[in-house]
Amino acid sequence: MISKEKTRELEKMARQLRRHIIEMTCAAVSGHPGGALSAADMVAALYFYKLRYNSQDPSWPERDRFVMSKGHAAPVLYAALAEAGYFPKKYLKTLRQLGSSLQGHVDMLSVPGIEMSTGSLGQGLSAANGMALAARIDKKDYHVYCMLGDGECQEGQVWEAAMTSAHHRLDNLTVMVDRNKYQIDGKVEDIKNIEPFALKWKAFGFNVLSCDGHNMKAIIEALDRATDFKGKPTVIICDTVKGKGVSFMEENPLSYHGKAPTPEEEKKALEQLCHIEEFKI
Amino acid sequence: MNEKKLVATRDAYGKALVLLGEQNPNIVVLDADLAASTRTSMFAKEFPERFFDMGVAEQDMISTAAGLAASGKIAFASTFAVFGAGRAWDQIRISVAYTRQNVKIVVTHGGITTGEDGASHQANEDLAIMRAIPNMTVIVPADAIETEKVIKTAALFYGPMYIRLSRGKTPLVYESKDGDFKIGKGIVMRKGRDVTIFACGIMVDKALDAALALEASKIDCRVVNLHTIKPIDKELIIECAKETSAVVVAEEHSIIGGLGSAVAEVLVENCCVPMARIGVSDMFGESGKPEELLVKYGLTSQKIASAVLSVLKRKL
Ligand SMILES: Cc1ncc(C[n+]2csc(CCOP(=O)(O)OP(=O)(O)O)c2C)c(N)n1
Repeated sequence: MISKEKTRELEKMARQLRRHIIEMTCAAVSGHPGGALSAADMVAALYFYKLRYNSQDPSWPERDRFVMSKGHAAPVLYAALAEAGYFPKKYLKTLRQLGSSLQGHVDMLSVPGIEMSTGSLGQGLSAANGMALAARIDKKDYHVYCMLGDGECQEGQVWEAAMTSAHHRLDNLTVMVDRNKYQIDGKVEDIKNIEPFALKWKAFGFNVLSCDGHNMKAIIEALDRATDFKGKPTVIICDTVKGKGVSFMEENPLSYHGKAPTPEEEKKALEQLCHIEEFKI
Repeated sequence: MNEKKLVATRDAYGKALVLLGEQNPNIVVLDADLAASTRTSMFAKEFPERFFDMGVAEQDMISTAAGLAASGKIAFASTFAVFGAGRAWDQIRISVAYTRQNVKIVVTHGGITTGEDGASHQANEDLAIMRAIPNMTVIVPADAIETEKVIKTAALFYGPMYIRLSRGKTPLVYESKDGDFKIGKGIVMRKGRDVTIFACGIMVDKALDAALALEASKIDCRVVNLHTIKPIDKELIIECAKETSAVVVAEEHSIIGGLGSAVAEVLVENCCVPMARIGVSDMFGESGKPEELLVKYGLTSQKIASAVLSVLKRKL
């Protein structure tokens, strides 16, 4: 059981990641805030509760791996890596600028701590499987995590990969789906429905869990159940809100898939994302 | 003329993989339901725990290979050339090449000599689309002996590679295993002063035949095996163009984007000389016996010889 204080701390970290996302994309005048914000609680839970890593030794062979398959959610991953000490936070505002390491979509060769380059949707789960298979060959006990978007699950390769995870009974693999119900052109159910989603994963041979992707305690519990489960890979379908934490983005998720906040919007968003302790002062 | 000794490059690949597997526990092999055809089945038999048959899922195979490589493995991934290069192009581009992963994509059934299976299975465009990807090394060995060297070299070389082999048994152009193989360094197979024939894969043998046939007409052909399509051996191409002042390129690939294009790119910027290309013109293949198709699509030593005569006429 995770303590109340630790949960609070993680919630605060998630808020901090959201603040970075807003500041980074605003400074870049481009980027994908919506799907980064929806993933912030899950990413906070991974980097500040679940993953074993050493930010001073990014290629430590025993480390857990995280593959961000929805590579456009780069800002939330960069924010977490900076908070975890992989690189100085001051770099965050160089996002998407010429000469910056912080590429528009995640690039493993330019940023320490990134396990796989993505940006072309659908490829990450296959790569995560490769890492999980390597762990098995090497008799290492690291765990591999992979985050998918729900729109991304329209890619055929995701299901090719799901068959691979299940065929090899990769219980050292946990998939998290950011089920925010939106893609670029509209709602996932209107563009090309992926339901019955949990049943699909079940039919493909996964242990299927679901949780409120903005409830830290629920995310933590699901992650712990996932890593305890043996014999099958686990998927956690995390019910989320695109643009979570910023009212005008939550209300208009389609506009903020790939559009940065203006400086006025940034101000408004940061007010909404202020830490409660600070608010009290 | 002596009977030519025929050995399939894919057989050489299968054997080389087993040798490598014995020497290096980090070698893993993936296939996409064509292990018997690509000969990765030989590795699978010896090292089942390091072999993954990914089923009919080439995209998944390539990105999985990238994940294995990202965890320290040397990953060989095999299928037919059409499916390896074509079906999984975006996966090769992002999961493998952008990340500079140590993945060796070794495909068999390259080119029109895939034969009876017809156009769907004849990769005539793969070199063009692989060559266009940054960080990618592209190699077409000339025979089974060279294939063994290429596969051994690939295991030592860090980075993405595309290696294209054939389906059928093809003539050995090397008599022994002596001689170095260096990525990116063409091999002069025959000296000559009048014209240079650059070739790769099965066309090296045909270029040598053409050169032999042209001896009777007192034409002195140089033949160069440009096994590495990328990085192309610019220095050697320029040197040969300067010394012989005429060039013919022969490849079992579309004339668009392959070895002919790569050589033309070097020549046009450095040393323009009369040049002719032998390759499949801009069209799909069809079913037929490999030998029949080679004749129908103009990939013969006779065609190379006539191309030589035509460039020599244009040479002032
Ligand atoms: C292969 C591929 N096709 C198209 C795109 C363009 N694209 C970027 S994000 C996106 C929608 C993704 O939706 P989802 O996975 O639900 O992401 P989220 O809503 O969480 O941001 C698309 C189509 C892409 N990056 N890759």
